[in-house]
Amino acid sequence: MDNHSNLLDEALGFNSKARVSPSGRVVLIEDSVETSGSFVLHHLMKHALSLNCSGIVLFVALAQPFSHYDRILRKLGCNLVAQRDNNRLFFFDMLKLGCLDGDGGKIIEGQLLELYGKIQKTIETDALPDQSKNPITIMIDDISLMEVAAHGSSNHVLDFLHYCHTLTLGPGCSLVVLNHEDIYSSLTGPTLILEMEYIADIVIKAEPLATGLASDVHGQLMVVNKGIIDENGTLRTKLRNFHFKVKENSVEYFYPGSQS
Amino acid sequence: MTRGIPLPRGMRRSSEGWAIHYGAAGSLKLEICLAYCFLPDMASMKGKTSSFSRNLSGASFVQAPGVKHGPNGVTFVSSGIPDLDKILGGGFPLGSLVMVMEDAEAPHHLLLLRNFMSQGLVHNQPLLYASPVRDPRGFLGTLPSPILSKEDKVPQYDPEQEKGLRIAWQYKKYFGENKQSFENHRENRQEYNNDFDLRKPLERQLLSGNHIDCFSLQDYPNLSDLQECCSIFLAQLERNGGGSKSAGRIAIQSFCAPHCSHSNMEWDMISFIRSLKSMIRPSNAVAVITFSPSLLSPTFSKRWQHLADTLISVRAIPDEDKELAKLLTGYQDMVGLLHVHKVASINTQVPVILEASTFSIKLQKRRTLVLERLNQAPVDGSSGNSYATSASCSGSSKAASLDF
Repeated sequence: MDNHSNLLDEALGFNSKARVSPSGRVVLIEDSVETSGSFVLHHLMKHALSLNCSGIVLFVALAQPFSHYDRILRKLGCNLVAQRDNNRLFFFDMLKLGCLDGDGGKIIEGQLLELYGKIQKTIETDALPDQSKNPITIMIDDISLMEVAAHGSSNHVLDFLHYCHTLTLGPGCSLVVLNHEDIYSSLTGPTLILEMEYIADIVIKAEPLATGLASDVHGQLMVVNKGIIDENGTLRTKLRNFHFKVKENSVEYFYPGSQS
Repeated sequence: MTRGIPLPRGMRRSSEGWAIHYGAAGSLKLEICLAYCFLPDMASMKGKTSSFSRNLSGASFVQAPGVKHGPNGVTFVSSGIPDLDKILGGGFPLGSLVMVMEDAEAPHHLLLLRNFMSQGLVHNQPLLYASPVRDPRGFLGTLPSPILSKEDKVPQYDPEQEKGLRIAWQYKKYFGENKQSFENHRENRQEYNNDFDLRKPLERQLLSGNHIDCFSLQDYPNLSDLQECCSIFLAQLERNGGGSKSAGRIAIQSFCAPHCSHSNMEWDMISFIRSLKSMIRPSNAVAVITFSPSLLSPTFSKRWQHLADTLISVRAIPDEDKELAKLLTGYQDMVGLLHVHKVASINTQVPVILEASTFSIKLQKRRTLVLERLNQAPVDGSSGNSYATSASCSGSSKAASLDF
């Protein structure tokens, strides 16, 4: 498949020989108002679902409904409805999480616990009935909205993330979270994004071009991969930088200036 | 610059002008032909509103008035400003949340809001309006009235004369704006959006005959009550397969105005917006919220901007800015600047990249609102103007509920 040869996959380490990523990875996608990073999420979802018919995706949607993702992934060549029927995709529509109550603070804790319970139950009963070791990917499309639902109590959100992380410790499993970097840029102190950058193994930052908007370069990606183990067995951090252009059925990645 | 008819139709005028010139005013074929002749020039403008969407709207769907189908299964309603519809690739998508960032010291957001509301009322669409003033219904009296454009009025002007003057320079200004999606569906377009005469108030019967809910934000210290109102309003607009139902509009003015008691409950406000967004999404409605980013802390301002599907900012231009006057042509006609930060991308992952994102707001013949690309004056052509990049951060904490 040609989509295994692009720069993003390379930076993520997808096309290493084994093609099975190291266990328990946390991938953090950061974006800003000017440049949305959701296409990386779509890409990772497609990748997880196309992984030799064994990967399982649990998608916690806080930003967009299922129909939105269904249309996008269909254009990318992945049928979410079929995957859902095959018990490979579990979609949790959480658009109304924490919405319908007057004072959220306390109740949201219960709601997050309930959501976690659902995820855990799904993994134990539906997804892996026979204790097979299929890689699980938990994706959360906009964690900043969970913070909103929790009325700013980032501790609840962090707890939730930690619980989810414990579910994805197996080989090939990962936790993919999208957040917005610019929300926190004016804050000091331990913000949610700092905590997440700390636990993340891979940070993908989607940024606008410094030179402004262009129609053939939509922005640049910076991929920081902290968990690379080289030949000598030492742990290294690898940083990659490249430009991208988003299309309906694919995303082009290229090094700055190399686009003809 | 005196022109025979309001400008938003000016682009069309040219091709019609040619049709008349060739002595075939009634021949639609020739006109379409000419419209396509212009296409190569505009091909670079926008990939989105290309022939695909046109065909869709051309196929005679049974659809509610003022509603238009676009690509990716999106349905548009008009913003009330034909130029803004063109810029956004059709209008505001149903189910989306539009945010307008106000200039804290000028009421330009009201221009957008008024046209948006008027357009809905003209199409008999239900409207929910919330504003921080005590008597929000009073605002309805300031809504502009549509200009009833007559097709038969068009041939009265002399095309030759204007033509010659036009093409010489600033070609794009008159031909460039992606007009092609509207070109040969004029019947559609006539119904879809109107020009509004800002000096003439909307007829009374439109105000009384419609389903209009007005709320004062001051009466709702607890936002969950307001949320309840919105959900009742939206309950009648559920999207259920048919899609032939009318679209609804929600307009919330100056949401974070300081004299509302919830202006210091930042988490409550953002959670209200998020709830509204999630309620809007499956419904046949559009919500427009205007807010002043300078009244919010930077981090919340960003959060709000992230929640918006379509994000626009407006700002006034200072009266006597000599430097700017030198840089831009038509400076004296401008009333403000409009900046498009984000265009809704629903059901697609491709971001909409506009060729220009800053536009000047002008009053055409002191009546209708038009948006034009900024044009650099030919003299002293220093490179580029980065004037309008940072929008409306004047740091004032004055309430923006002024009126014209």
